[in-house]
Amino acid sequence: MVESTLPRNSRVTEGRLLKAAPDAKRLKAFKIYRWNPDDGGNPRVDTYEIDLDACGPMVLDALIKIKNEIDSTLTFRRSCREGICGSCAMNIDGTNTLACLKPIDEIKGAVAINPLPHMPVIKDLVPDLTQAYAQYHSIEPWLQAETSAPPDAERRQSQEERAQIDGLWECILCFCCTTSCPSYWWNGDRYLGPAVLMAAYRWIADSRDENAGHRLDALQDPFKLYRCHTIMNCAEACPKGLNPAEAIGNIKRLMVERQE
Amino acid sequence: MHDVRETLMQGRNSDGQPVRRPLSPHLQVYKPQISSVLSIFHRLSGVALTGGVVVLALWLAAAAESPHTFLIAQRLVDSFAGQLVLFGFTVMLFYHFCNGIRHLLWDAGYGFDLSTMHRTGYIVIGATLLLAALAWVVGFAIG
Repeated sequence: MVESTLPRNSRVTEGRLLKAAPDAKRLKAFKIYRWNPDDGGNPRVDTYEIDLDACGPMVLDALIKIKNEIDSTLTFRRSCREGICGSCAMNIDGTNTLACLKPIDEIKGAVAINPLPHMPVIKDLVPDLTQAYAQYHSIEPWLQAETSAPPDAERRQSQEERAQIDGLWECILCFCCTTSCPSYWWNGDRYLGPAVLMAAYRWIADSRDENAGHRLDALQDPFKLYRCHTIMNCAEACPKGLNPAEAIGNIKRLMVERQE
Repeated sequence: MHDVRETLMQGRNSDGQPVRRPLSPHLQVYKPQISSVLSIFHRLSGVALTGGVVVLALWLAAAAESPHTFLIAQRLVDSFAGQLVLFGFTVMLFYHFCNGIRHLLWDAGYGFDLSTMHRTGYIVIGATLLLAALAWVVGFAIG
């Protein structure tokens, strides 16, 4: 359902201002979404002032600096700090991206940081991804084949066949795309969303997989697939430069082609 | 229908007491982009055109009713407000038409990459304004 406003318990209030040391030269403000289940109140936005001369270049560096030096209660996911684990996905300066890949310099003015949009918040910048992971599981993201692999070798692909899954396998499941999609915001209970649909197409397009028909059958549904209206926010958001909208378009075309 | 995501709105605090989790901000914080703005405008123009067709049908019905009713309808259309609505209608019509072609190209598998998507978006905006202006220039020229 389309809801243009937030539920009453989710409306964001003004929080605290934590100033940098007086000798700081290159100041940058970070406005960060905070919510703690133990506080019993609404979410708030805390403002932290940082001296960029004493901070690494990326937004994740600033978050880690805040947690280490200013406020250890700030909670966020992070691991690899190089754009391959997908943990630090969040909404930075109005668009979804990975904090570790987003240079602070690219952002004019204060840096607004929110959790991935339209998700249940566990704490601060940590959203509950249970639904998205369950949807990923539902598309059976593993190789399915009746034919057994050669006993002493791997299943082989030509270079052309292998190229069919380029731009698909690189997805790290950060869900920046899925949570940028208004259609997923309104219908995410049944619409699978861009990340999961691209994962589905990754197996449909794989020459070693023999279950494309079954996979397409499973997606033949007014909600699972066809809530995609080619808004293209997914492709704008992907921090890996992938194009989930194109993958979904390919699934839709396969649906039509197999009826002929 | 029950939204399965409702279950995930239920959390617990450190004492194990149930707490209702907040929903993270979405429309409130997400930056408008050419992708989403043109998309919502496509839907809005579709809705507006549905209303416009009703007005068109009323105008035709007035013509069928009597010369007098038609005169009243014409006066409404000729008024400044009427002309403004009519201009809006043409803009919506050409926008929905041009962006509809963009959607058809996507459905055929073309124009997904970001730079093309941006370019075709601006082309749609330009073509809409051009076609609407052209329609009015031609309209007034014919009389």
